[in-house]
Order: sequence, then structure tokens, then C-alpha cells
Amino acid sequence: MSQDRAWAATRKGLFELRRRGGSWQVENISFLAEPVSMLLPPDASGRMLAALNLGHFGTKLHASDDAGKTWREVAAPSYPPQPEGAEGPEWKLLQIWSLERAGDTVWAGTIPGGLFASRDGGETWQINEPLWNEPKRLGWFGGGNDAPAMHSICPDPRNPAELLLGISCGGAWRTTDGGQTWGLRAKGMRAEFMPPEQAGEENVQDPHLIARCRDVPDVLWCQHHNGIFRSADNGASWTELTAKPSSFGFAVAAHPGNGDTAWFVPAVKDERRIPVDGALCVTRTRDGGKTFEALRTGLPQQHCYDLIFRHGLAVDDSGEQLVMGSTTGGLWASTDAGDSWQTVSAHLPPIYAVKFG
Amino acid sequence: MARIEFTPQLRRFVDTPVVDTAAAVLREGLDAAFEFNPKLRGYILDDQGHLRHNVVIFIDGRRARDLRGLTDPLGPDSRVHVLQALSGG
Repeated sequence: MSQDRAWAATRKGLFELRRRGGSWQVENISFLAEPVSMLLPPDASGRMLAALNLGHFGTKLHASDDAGKTWREVAAPSYPPQPEGAEGPEWKLLQIWSLERAGDTVWAGTIPGGLFASRDGGETWQINEPLWNEPKRLGWFGGGNDAPAMHSICPDPRNPAELLLGISCGGAWRTTDGGQTWGLRAKGMRAEFMPPEQAGEENVQDPHLIARCRDVPDVLWCQHHNGIFRSADNGASWTELTAKPSSFGFAVAAHPGNGDTAWFVPAVKDERRIPVDGALCVTRTRDGGKTFEALRTGLPQQHCYDLIFRHGLAVDDSGEQLVMGSTTGGLWASTDAGDSWQTVSAHLPPIYAVKFG
Repeated sequence: MARIEFTPQLRRFVDTPVVDTAAAVLREGLDAAFEFNPKLRGYILDDQGHLRHNVVIFIDGRRARDLRGLTDPLGPDSRVHVLQALSGG
């Protein structure tokens, strides 16, 4: 069903967007002037979460029980005491970078790479010790951040105890037992930033974002540092795809009902992070990645240097509506699966994440 | 009694007390403030109980030195200011 509410988490607040009379508009702003790194949209009861990244005073978490009208601070995930001499990054929360529901659990992915679970809607959190204590975690490293960053949490709608995670740079990991045991799930990904003999090492891959098809859950899409990858076997193996004008980017949105359709937003390449030719486009495949179309109608095609961060593209439950937010505060919406786009605003704060719900 | 005051910048997030304390070291003095408002702790200290990187504390006009252990001594008339550092954020 088509959704008429969306959210933009930005460097200067959380913006609630409503579609009225066919166009999207800003309806409400929470946390104005504060950086909001991620949100969990409201459930049927109106319960939602917003993660703040206060520069001086740390990462904070706020909860709302009325779909964002009022908020109160709740406990943010906190790392346990770090044992003397423990290797790896400091056990300190730097950012909440992903929030997802699966069954009665809310999961939070963080920088420096810890996964946290809440069984009470986000009031209290426990670190997932099996993954944090996994020896391979010490092989993870930062990609775009100084410390490893867990940006993708993909629940499996068939089994609330199953999750697939994406980590920069720590590959993809899966649990099928609610987080008691974990295994790598990044075979087929390719890391050009490693010495050639380690390019296929699963534990150092840099997936920029991983998205699952809701109705065909074995299908996963990955916008990776070194290209686009798709899995049709729930992450057991990944196949590289090629898109034009570029396979480099950060964001991906998976069609909820069709395992062959997904959207990406290309940039030139790693060392030149701008739209190709200064013209913004979205690429879409509708045949499982064999071919891609570049969709440009309504998007700026001259002197555009907007970059779409990894959480900056979202598709709604119908698969027809998309919203896309940029590093320079551009916000666009489509009601025809990306064929055409309308500018919602050209001057919001830098947009970190967009979500329907 | 040593007096501890917090930057007014914090007031948009949490209540900040002015605390008069007989504590002889900084951590004990801060703990007295956190007792008044437990939520304040997470704004000043990180997960490991260290001073946040972008928070700075002055004791009688001098920057606190032990940013992890917070063992800097407090005198009976010390004035402690907890401020946001200009280094970050």
C-alpha cells in the first residue's frame, strides 16, 4: 500500500514529511539544530526512536509514543567495561547507524561495530556478546569512519530470529538463532582496497548498504565500495553486477514485492564522489541486475554535486514511491517507481537517512 | 566546599545542578552531581567512565589533567567548570 508519511534524519533535525494532494511537504520538525543520525519509524502504536549524535556530549536516544509529536530521552546503548589490554577499537559508542525491528526485538547497529538488542521497545539495551566476542571482529576496520560501522540490519520476514548485517569494513554476517551464533555471508564480494590475494576475504568487505526484498527474502542487494552485488540465496553467494553510468555509490533500495527490481544512486567513483558529469540520476534494474536504466526526469542535470549517503534512499511498501535525500540538503520524491521525480526541497540540512512509515 | 558548575549549553538537554561538595578528587565531585541527575553522566563521561573527548573541565582555572581516571584533586574552595571544548562537535 502506498504510504503518505516519510522522515528525513538530518544534520539539523528530524523532519516529518507528509504527502498531501499529491505533493510532499515538511509537516513537523523535531530536535531542530541537532544531528539525527538514524530513526526507527513509528509502529502501529506510534512508538518510534530517534538517535542523536551530539558532537560534544555523545550519542543519545529518544523515544516517542505518539509518532514523533513528543519525545523523551531513553538509555542509549552502552558498551560494557573494556578489559585491560583488549585489542581493537575502544569500547565506546560513537554513533547509532542502524535501527530495525524483528519480532519483539529492536536491533541497533553502531560505530564501533557493536550490535545491541532491546526487548522493551528501546528503553534498555544489551550488547550482542557472541558477535562482539567473535575473534574475527578484530579483523574489521573503519571505512569512511575511523572505526568499524554497522549500517545494515536486514531481518528475514520468514523468521524473526534471523538477521543479516552489513558492516564497513567487516563484510556481511548472519544469525538464524536470534544472535546466539553468527557466520560470515559475503562470499563473492570483492575488495580492491586490499592486497590482491585478500580481495576475496569475506571479513574485510565494505558493503556500503545491504537491502532485502521483503516478499522474496532470499534476494539481497548490496551497494559495495567496489560495485553492485546481488544474492539470490540469502547471502550464501553474491554476484557482481555492472551499472551505467557507474557502479559506485552508497545507497540501495530493494523493491518490496519484486526480487528483480532495485534502485541505486551512482557517483563517479571512490576517489571522485560526485554525480557523473554533475548530473544526478537513479539507476534501476527490473531484471535482477542484467540491465540498468538511468532515471533522470526531474533531477538536476547541471552542476549538481549532491551525494546520496547510504541511508538516503528509501522505497515504500507499494514499491511505487521513493524518497531520496542528499548531502547538500536536496530532497526528491517519486510516485512512479523512479521514472520521474519532484523536488520536495532544495535546501534542507544535509540528509543522513530517509524512511517511510 | 568545592563548587561544580556545568555549561549552560547543556540545559537544552538535561538539568544541570550547581553542586557544592566536600569531595577531594574530581570524580567524586562529578559523582555528586550525577547523583542529583543521573542522566547528566552520559553527557560528561563516555561508556568507560572517561571524560568525553570534547568536554573540558577547569579546576581553579587550570584544565583537569587526568581525563580517564579523573583523579585531579579538589581543594575546599575549588571552583570547577565543566564546559564544552572548542575542539570538536
